[in-house]
Amino acid sequence: MKKTLLSLRNLTKQFDGKTVLDSLDLDIADGEFITLLGPSGCGKTTLLRLMAGFEHPDAGSISLAGEELIDVAPENRPLNTVFQHYALFPHMSVFDNVAYGLKMEKRPKDEIRQRVEEALAMVQLQDYVARKPHQLSGGQQQRVAIARAVVKRPKMLLLDEPLSALDFKLRRTMQVELKRLQRELGITFVFVTHDQEEALSMSDRVVVFKDGVVQQLGTPREVYERPANLFTARFVGETNFFPGRVEAADAGDSITVDVLGLKRTFRRPDFAVVDGQSLHVLLRPEDIRVLAPDDTEGLPGRVVERNYKGSTLDSVIHLEDGTEVLASEFFDEDDPTFDYRLGEPVRVSWVDGWEWLLPEESAAAEAEAVTDA
Amino acid sequence: MRSLMQQPFRTAVLVLVWGWLLFLVLAPNLLVVGASVATRDPVSFISLPLNLDAYRQLFDPLYLEVFLHSLYMAAMTTLVCLLIGYPFAWALSRVPGRRQLLLIFLLIVPFWTNSLVRTYALKLLLATNGLLNSALLGLGWIDEPLKMLYTEGAVVIGLVYLLLPFMILPLYSVFDDLRQELLLASHDLGAGRVATFFHVIVPLTLPGVLAGVMLVLLPAMGLFFVPDILGGSRNLLVGNVIKNQFLDARNWPFGAAASIVLTITMAFLMFAHKLSKQRIGEDGV
Repeated sequence: MKKTLLSLRNLTKQFDGKTVLDSLDLDIADGEFITLLGPSGCGKTTLLRLMAGFEHPDAGSISLAGEELIDVAPENRPLNTVFQHYALFPHMSVFDNVAYGLKMEKRPKDEIRQRVEEALAMVQLQDYVARKPHQLSGGQQQRVAIARAVVKRPKMLLLDEPLSALDFKLRRTMQVELKRLQRELGITFVFVTHDQEEALSMSDRVVVFKDGVVQQLGTPREVYERPANLFTARFVGETNFFPGRVEAADAGDSITVDVLGLKRTFRRPDFAVVDGQSLHVLLRPEDIRVLAPDDTEGLPGRVVERNYKGSTLDSVIHLEDGTEVLASEFFDEDDPTFDYRLGEPVRVSWVDGWEWLLPEESAAAEAEAVTDA
Repeated sequence: MRSLMQQPFRTAVLVLVWGWLLFLVLAPNLLVVGASVATRDPVSFISLPLNLDAYRQLFDPLYLEVFLHSLYMAAMTTLVCLLIGYPFAWALSRVPGRRQLLLIFLLIVPFWTNSLVRTYALKLLLATNGLLNSALLGLGWIDEPLKMLYTEGAVVIGLVYLLLPFMILPLYSVFDDLRQELLLASHDLGAGRVATFFHVIVPLTLPGVLAGVMLVLLPAMGLFFVPDILGGSRNLLVGNVIKNQFLDARNWPFGAAASIVLTITMAFLMFAHKLSKQRIGEDGV
């Protein structure tokens, strides 16, 4: 682990008596790409604004390389922001927009010109210096905003849902571009998004937020494969939740659980389990195996929906007890029977060891996890 | 022709708009232009031959002085309106939702009363034994009444009072459109409050400033009843000159020429306004 660049301690912020951030602690390492992920209103944008200095926290501290930032005005913080709607100055040319920060630093003219040209070359806009923002496409405006923010060589770049206004294809391109820029510049990126796919594909670490509280902090893989709670499991990707009951909790490293009438042996989870306890067995749709109806394994059900997705075939299967199962399978070119008709009987199973166990939460928390995700 | 018949609504609208522009805008203005180059006639007001005597008369030192003094008072009025209106509109745009609507409503309420009546009301306030002097005397702040009425200041006060909303409303509109994100971006890039004001806020509100100036400066040269009521004989506006030429001196060519000068001034201001809007990427009107 690299050394910590920005350290947040006990950060609290309320608006009109409503707590938006609740005693938040977070360490951001030098040079990492960290994503703040959560539904709208979860506090992720507020956190970014606190870091930038646009808001003042009610309590807590923000320190950058050991230096307290709370009482430092935004213009004096060595961080720069890429705004959601770019916030380019409409009366200035592309050049003047990018040069703005350097002019404020009163840099010599030659240096400004050289650095602006470098920054624009980095985002492949060197031929657009004289244009006004309104003469550029959305993607180009986005690039200018990025060039304008990195030209000052900040210690950290804060990105507030910078890709949300772009169409799908451009978004993909910009995701790759941003990753490349981050690698080349070696600047720490703090990226805010509500798009879990974006978060997983771009980040070194993901912070999952809900109601101003960190739900989970981990690598994209940890967050996806080993969600810390029901909320994270539901918010990040699609998940099947099967009710389970612990049959035998005393067998060393493994436990036996009754899932939908099947007795399966699982690795012991890292929370305490006792005999007879109810828990959730989580399986991602791609962990599910759909088998022929005459197979002996798994549970019988019927296909009620099939969605052709190009590279995968996604289906919804109703088990006999009414449980709904989402399955996502890669096409197998060699299997001529690979496809379903609606109503077709099948059996559902999964690969042993790919499931993830979570304890039951309070009824309220469980209901909330469903509505939020 | 067939297509016109097939689209009766479209045709009706076009005829209405063009008819309006031709008969109520173009024709009267052409008449004024025509009158300005005619010869003064005591019987029929104007007659041939055509000449530029009226325009030459504008440079008569006497009228030139009236013109410049009027321009000076109008400029003062505009400046005062801008100094009050700019921060006012800025603050107004930051007031939350419903209260903002209420304040705009209050700004418009005075329009419900005829401006002539309101100017007379102002006279009662400013008169030697008026409300303001009585109040100041009563408070013991002054020993003898101030001469406020029939001064240049009274005219400017009257014009500011009548025209301030015309400055505030276009300014409010540009401040309302000013995205807070742009100010944050400016701070984020290292600009303090003062630098942000001059580099971002002023250029982006300039179209509103020019629109406000347009709506205040020109009427401030023309509202003849304000000096009539508040200004005495020495503080005349171009509007008074025009009115006198048409109604009292019966010199129509000269009155028409004076009013054309005002129209041309207006055209220049509109052109500047259009340029300022193009600069920030909006289509000029």
